[in-house]
Amino acid sequence: MGSLLNFIIYRIRNSMGLGNEVQKILSWTSVCGNLVLHLVWLILHLIINVWYSVLGIARMVEEARETSKVLELLCWLASVGLKSICLYDREGVLKKSQTAIIEGLNKSQKAIVEGSDHGTLVEKHVDLEFVSFADSKPAVAKAANLLFAKHYASTKPEKPNFTESDMSEALQAVGYGGPEPDLLFVYGPVRCHMGFPAWRIRYTEIVHMGTLKSMEFGSLLKAIHKFTKVHQNYGQ
Amino acid sequence: MEGVNGKKVGHLCENISSFVRQCIFSILSVGPVPSHIAFIMDGNRRYSKKQNLLDGNGHRAGFSALINMLKYCYELGVKYITVYAFSIDNFKRRPEEVVSLMKLMQEKIDELTKEESIVNRLGIRIYFQGNLKLLSDHVRLAAERAMVKTSGNSKAILSICVAYTSTDEIVHAVQESCEEKWDEIRKLDVNNDGSNLIRLEENVKDKNEHRIGVTNVDRHMYMSVCPDPDIIIRTSGATRLSNFLLWQSSHCLLYSPAALWPEIGLRHLIWVILDFQRNYLYLKEKKKQS
Repeated sequence: MGSLLNFIIYRIRNSMGLGNEVQKILSWTSVCGNLVLHLVWLILHLIINVWYSVLGIARMVEEARETSKVLELLCWLASVGLKSICLYDREGVLKKSQTAIIEGLNKSQKAIVEGSDHGTLVEKHVDLEFVSFADSKPAVAKAANLLFAKHYASTKPEKPNFTESDMSEALQAVGYGGPEPDLLFVYGPVRCHMGFPAWRIRYTEIVHMGTLKSMEFGSLLKAIHKFTKVHQNYGQ
Repeated sequence: MEGVNGKKVGHLCENISSFVRQCIFSILSVGPVPSHIAFIMDGNRRYSKKQNLLDGNGHRAGFSALINMLKYCYELGVKYITVYAFSIDNFKRRPEEVVSLMKLMQEKIDELTKEESIVNRLGIRIYFQGNLKLLSDHVRLAAERAMVKTSGNSKAILSICVAYTSTDEIVHAVQESCEEKWDEIRKLDVNNDGSNLIRLEENVKDKNEHRIGVTNVDRHMYMSVCPDPDIIIRTSGATRLSNFLLWQSSHCLLYSPAALWPEIGLRHLIWVILDFQRNYLYLKEKKKQS
């Protein structure tokens, strides 16, 4: 609309041989038109930001550095009965803190056992995996090199025909095989998987949970409950 | 007479809604507009059941929804549109359904490439992305004809993913990367005595020798003709990607409206564009860091 308005004003100006005063008025009209468009756009986004604030989703970055929040989340997931958890952040911050996180989780699990009123409570064993972008596209490149070495190393190779099984085996062999998560909880400002290993999220349900700062146990339970009702056809 | 009046009223309504749309898009264009939007067209069969339509008519309604989305994206200035039309997994459906879908696909491909079709009027180039060898000859030839006929169009690109999955795309790209590396090494064999190739045999056994990089694999993806998508919209409320653009969607906003695909409308597109604009700086920053 803005560019259409400018175009119309340009054509009027050039075709009608108007006086300077009228041309000035037309220029002002164009400027005002663009300002109005910008104002409407800003108001629209203000309304949306207010709406999202009411919903409790704030803009936060650096989720992975909130180690205490990550620990709290892990405890919640363990309490719900999850046996296998994979923590992903693009930069690998969580990988670097994995010792502290595992220790923290073990301590909290032990505290639950010791604090229990009932006889013995079996400690909940949770498999924790730490993953970063290095496990994603670079891992596929490494697997590609392995396949190249395996199938193209001889001087007269027959043209191979790689399959998805070959790729899975190669990823496993270079240390980047892993189970496909059923659920991917995204903690951050945007619903985006941020480069989670592509090979492992073919049919993973990707759920946006808001920021770590605003996380709630109730929302977690709700998301897991919703997942239990999901029916997948797997293309059929 | 009534028919002519009816047509005039219809034409007037279309012009008014087009004008209103232009006004809305002008406001949205003040902020950043995504260059690439991808759609997972989920819900045609459920729509058919919901509306008590005959089998197959849900997919026809879905095609109309696709044309509308194509028009809206074009008017907004989105240069790349990608749709997930048929997954490799879909071949597991009942044979009658697969045959019917293939027939419909061929019919619609031929319709799209007619001179007066929306694709040619708007100057949209079509690509069919996927393992096209898995398609029947008729459909594959129709797809190849469509790509040739629209190769002169340059205003926008429509990528139709058929016989496609991300994992198949990755395997294909890895294979092509290996072939490319092999050809490079053979060309370097200046002495023609196989000495380079013998050295290769010794060197490649060292697993730390990284000859193929991420950029090699990237270059051989089916979807390398487009930039990575900014938004992926999956209708019917499902929150999974179902093996679609997994490699390309690292910094992509994912949106899952509850509407079935034939029910998708302008309001859904407006909403996701506003959400994209809200989060644009964050996603741009993340992309830069990678």
